[in-house]
Amino acid sequence: MNDVWAFFSFSDPTVRIVSLGTVFLAMSASVVGTFAFLRKRALVGDAIAHAILPGIAIAFMLSGTKNPIVLMMGALISGWLATWAMEYITEKTKLSNDTAVALVLSVFFGIGIMLLTHIQHSGSGNQSGLDQYLFGKAAGMTEQDLWTYSVVALLLLIVVISLYKELKVYSFNPDFAAVSGLPVKAIRRILNLVTVLAIAIGIQSVGVVLMAALLITPAAAARAWTSSLKIMLFLAALIGGISGLSGSLISYLSPAMPTGPWIVMTLSIITLLSLFFAPQRGALSRLLKQRRHSQKILNENLLKVFYKLSVERKLEEAGLNVGELQAERAINKSDFAAAIKRLKRKNWLLAEGEKLKLSSIGLVEAKRVVRLHRLWEMYLSQRLNLKEDHIHPNAESMEHIISPELEALLLKELDFPTQDPHNSPIPYSN
Amino acid sequence: MEAIFIILTGALVAMTCALLGSFLLLRKMAMLGDAISHAVLPGIVLAFMISGSRDNFIMLIGASLAGLLVTLLIELLHKKIHLQEDASIGISFTWLFAIGVILISAYTEQVDLDQDCVLYGEIAYVPFDLIYFSGGELFFPRATIISGLLFLLTLGFVLVAYKGLKITSFNSDYAKSLGISTLAWHLVFMSMVSITTVLSFEIVGAILIVALLVVPPATAYLLTKRLKQMLVLALIFAALSAIGGYYLAVLLDASIAGAMVSLAGFFFLLALIFSRIRSRSLKVDAHLKG
Repeated sequence: MNDVWAFFSFSDPTVRIVSLGTVFLAMSASVVGTFAFLRKRALVGDAIAHAILPGIAIAFMLSGTKNPIVLMMGALISGWLATWAMEYITEKTKLSNDTAVALVLSVFFGIGIMLLTHIQHSGSGNQSGLDQYLFGKAAGMTEQDLWTYSVVALLLLIVVISLYKELKVYSFNPDFAAVSGLPVKAIRRILNLVTVLAIAIGIQSVGVVLMAALLITPAAAARAWTSSLKIMLFLAALIGGISGLSGSLISYLSPAMPTGPWIVMTLSIITLLSLFFAPQRGALSRLLKQRRHSQKILNENLLKVFYKLSVERKLEEAGLNVGELQAERAINKSDFAAAIKRLKRKNWLLAEGEKLKLSSIGLVEAKRVVRLHRLWEMYLSQRLNLKEDHIHPNAESMEHIISPELEALLLKELDFPTQDPHNSPIPYSN
Repeated sequence: MEAIFIILTGALVAMTCALLGSFLLLRKMAMLGDAISHAVLPGIVLAFMISGSRDNFIMLIGASLAGLLVTLLIELLHKKIHLQEDASIGISFTWLFAIGVILISAYTEQVDLDQDCVLYGEIAYVPFDLIYFSGGELFFPRATIISGLLFLLTLGFVLVAYKGLKITSFNSDYAKSLGISTLAWHLVFMSMVSITTVLSFEIVGAILIVALLVVPPATAYLLTKRLKQMLVLALIFAALSAIGGYYLAVLLDASIAGAMVSLAGFFFLLALIFSRIRSRSLKVDAHLKG
């Protein structure tokens, strides 16, 4: 616990540099990755991250130094070249986009590995540390690195804020952006440039392989919580930042632990939780919504059966038993029992010994469903001229989704009919 | 002699990947191969920790389970949670790979696995692990035998299943309408890819398997419209990359697998230039005639 306090007091300059740097890197990548995610180009980031390797190797071979700015220039050039190559192959050949991505990724990486091993074997003594780009090594961050990252992060932020509208339109609908007269090519170039930039600095902390996660995963988590781009960008940056911080914390508490993989681990867990449990867009809430909907349909179908048997066949006084109901409509036995329980709880059904009866509010509800069914049949046959034997199945599904407003309009349109096309009466509540 | 064994092993792995990769490409699943090759890492590490041996068979089981797990995870995220496919792939494999690296870091004493080896393999060590036959007179490297058997298995699979693979790869809707179980074909095919990935893992490493799966078939795809020709061309490019790659690596004193992929990329570049020139001259012809 003391260690945790020691970490968060940020009194150790190394801790300060590493954690601040990691947070900046993760946040930059998250913001840029959000646009890549929306353009469905999530894996392009993976390819660019791999493609940066030969650039770093060549920059080292030419300059002989490990100056981060020199290496980053090399990274930018080869990342840019890879982006261009992917776009060229997708546009000009019959190869699909995912093939182009996999191809560029693996070929550039293969060249990078070849050059890197060549440098290592030639043994100029100065080369150690280049392979930190493969797996990332946040702990080795210097104050100069931190300054570089802060400048890059600031630059990204300025680009995103000043071009927010253009980037938004382009990411959601590039065709619309082109038609509206926006300079799509320039926007694409700028977006590519900031992506390469964010990746080039990011691989320092998580390495080539895991860089893709830093781009995509926060965006996917943020998407589960919101439909607004502004909130999504903010959330993605927040999730990226939290993961960056927790990665550095874990690696500080247990020095054998690598920072990058723990950042990805934190990110993945936050994202999986978001995807499952976020309200509205999460899997669980969608599942519940679906269940509520199918329960509502079952309830209403059961009320309809009750209405038909008790009012139209005049069995009302005696009440009905479950067997009679089941014979009328094919519903699975356990669903049936559950629906009856729900209707009793709502006081729409009353139990009298073995028998069941509609309550007065149940009757109003049942009439509503039957009315909607028959009104819709009327509409289909009178206004859309559908044959009488074609209208029932459609009305079976529409009766559950017609809203009160729509019902009022239908009633007005059809002038309060008393009979449906099959000559059954349309029930009104009063 | 050592050179021959290395080249032979590399060529066999590359040719196996070329056969399967051609269908992977036609099914537009190139990045799934990438995902599987990364995601096997935690499976291998766990199998290694539990069994304590580098026995191929146990690692194979661990890796296959991890490969299956990532496929299921991608399906779950994409189909059930409605996350877009590219993000589903990206999130799943990076997560599993991160778990693998964390496991390696946590149990470095028990796990004699090298991250570098995982990424780019140890094909240079192939000739040192030998199996002797007929009283020690005849010997072959273990990796050469494994990759030879794997190649024969894959070749047999493609020859026997050619029609089914072709129809389900080109037009799965049509195949479905004929009553062919596309899901069964998908599963069989993906198992072959997983097995190949796992067995080739030690030899060429995770990322270079992706290259061998994608690059020679893509090169062949640019040059022909016929599947049979594509398969043959892909095999030729794969073999040439392996042979040339070895000598390039010797020349530069660099990673053999890396050089193989670089050469494969070079062949792709040539095919790309060739196909661009051809399509341009076709356009000019059409223009002159029209």
